[in-house]
Amino acid sequence: MKSTKPLYPYIVWMVLFTIIPLGLVVYYSFTDRDGNFTFNNFLNITKLTEVYADSLRMAFFATLICLLVAYPFAYIMTKTKVNTQRMMNMLIMLPMWMNFLLRIYSWITLLENNGIINNILVALGFERQTLINTDGAVITVMIYNYLPFMIIPIYNVLSKIENSLIEAGQDLGCNTFEIFRRIIFPLSIPGVITGITMVFVPAASTFVISQRLGRGMMIGDAIEQYYVGNSPDLGTGSMLSLVLMVVIIISMAVVNHLDKDEAGSMLI
Amino acid sequence: MLKKFFSKLYMFVVFGFLYAPILVTIAFSFNSTKSKTSFESFSFRWYEELFRDEWMMEALLNTILVAVISSIVATILGTCAAIGIMNLKKRTRDLVLNLSNIPIINPEIVTGVSLMLLFVFVTKIFNGELGFVTVLLSHIAFSTPYVVLNVMPRLRQLNMNLYEAALDLGCVPAEAFRKVVLPEIFPGISAGFLMAFTFSLDDFVISYFVSGTFQTLPVYIYGLLKKPIPLSINALTALLFLVVISALLLTNMKDICSNIRSGKESKRNK
Repeated sequence: MKSTKPLYPYIVWMVLFTIIPLGLVVYYSFTDRDGNFTFNNFLNITKLTEVYADSLRMAFFATLICLLVAYPFAYIMTKTKVNTQRMMNMLIMLPMWMNFLLRIYSWITLLENNGIINNILVALGFERQTLINTDGAVITVMIYNYLPFMIIPIYNVLSKIENSLIEAGQDLGCNTFEIFRRIIFPLSIPGVITGITMVFVPAASTFVISQRLGRGMMIGDAIEQYYVGNSPDLGTGSMLSLVLMVVIIISMAVVNHLDKDEAGSMLI
Repeated sequence: MLKKFFSKLYMFVVFGFLYAPILVTIAFSFNSTKSKTSFESFSFRWYEELFRDEWMMEALLNTILVAVISSIVATILGTCAAIGIMNLKKRTRDLVLNLSNIPIINPEIVTGVSLMLLFVFVTKIFNGELGFVTVLLSHIAFSTPYVVLNVMPRLRQLNMNLYEAALDLGCVPAEAFRKVVLPEIFPGISAGFLMAFTFSLDDFVISYFVSGTFQTLPVYIYGLLKKPIPLSINALTALLFLVVISALLLTNMKDICSNIRSGKESKRNK
């Protein structure tokens, strides 16, 4: 129990399956097909800035809407009975346990041009709308997929705020809004940051969703194309992944910086 | 009063958003025709079709096999690692933990392609191909960090004096570990195992890049999503929903029973 020996196999494991693979991504990013050093891969992906901008923009909106929906939801949850809270926790997790491909499929049948939503619209006397293959469809399905990841961490921090703090605020003359702004919100920031991380990272790097429901490629789809598409180009694909990784690490560092005291400690 | 009404309405709308797509899919799994929009009459046609699909059955078995083996290996590897990490000095410990967390923080797709590069490189040398082994190794790689994260807090709470007391009372270290340490950290180990198991069952992105011709259920479903989508996928959704909901109900049985009991009591008290 006092030795570090049990760790050795895992160290070897991490070197083999984390460090070497990431090293290979870096290696491929800067070499051409013959293994010579090159910057061409980087030039290739500058042509994809629009794809990057699209992905980050859609992930940003999905994260923002998730936050706006999840916060009040988590807050209301903490005001219910303990048993109800447990039940609701379970109900929020349940859809997450379904494979996300099946959830995407459900949305395709809802949003199709002759899908259920359109049929309801027509029955009510409205015109048929183009719902599928739009940015709106992609953002909706992102929200659907990742909303639980926002609700749960925010609920966890909110439910741990002690009532005595709120009472103290009331005693000192705060109104409801001030109590929220000066006590509840500051204490909930770690949960909000965890939620933002858990929604933004998978949303920005998703593939499949935009392929099936969107109007174009996102970074994930581009990476997939370069790796397993018809004419693979591992160099450009690796450079894309490398830049994605760096962009995400930087944005997460910025978000964490907003919360210096709790940085990283609430990640899981 | 009004506030309460709006709270309830809000909860209702959000839960509606989360459940409506799944429920619609389940309803249409019992439809007798190919229509995805109008319900004709009740039938089990799509279920029969689903069970006749041998590829899907094979993919399902593959998924379960990979999930069982990878989660067991990840649990052992991760638990040992956590014990070792506890005995490191603070600075090295932080370094190792950060390293271990890389697959959690990294976008899944980057983990997927990085492993693919490794396996393509290695299989070229040994003239092998991507398949069961590469999927298994990848699943162990992405789930072990979660085991470490679940076991670490338990080890931190552990009172080392108890372990030493066991040694003083004549236990050999292995015995002291089994009788004193293991029961204390077991909740963490089982939580880690469950996470590893469910993540493995559900993983698509990483498996997709390292699976070659080997198919797990999510990889198989991805193939189906290319048009035209067979309607037996509705039946598959419904069946998986049933499995998930029964697993959740079973694991939460105690809570639910006490819920019902306290509900009855409060009614009686009225």
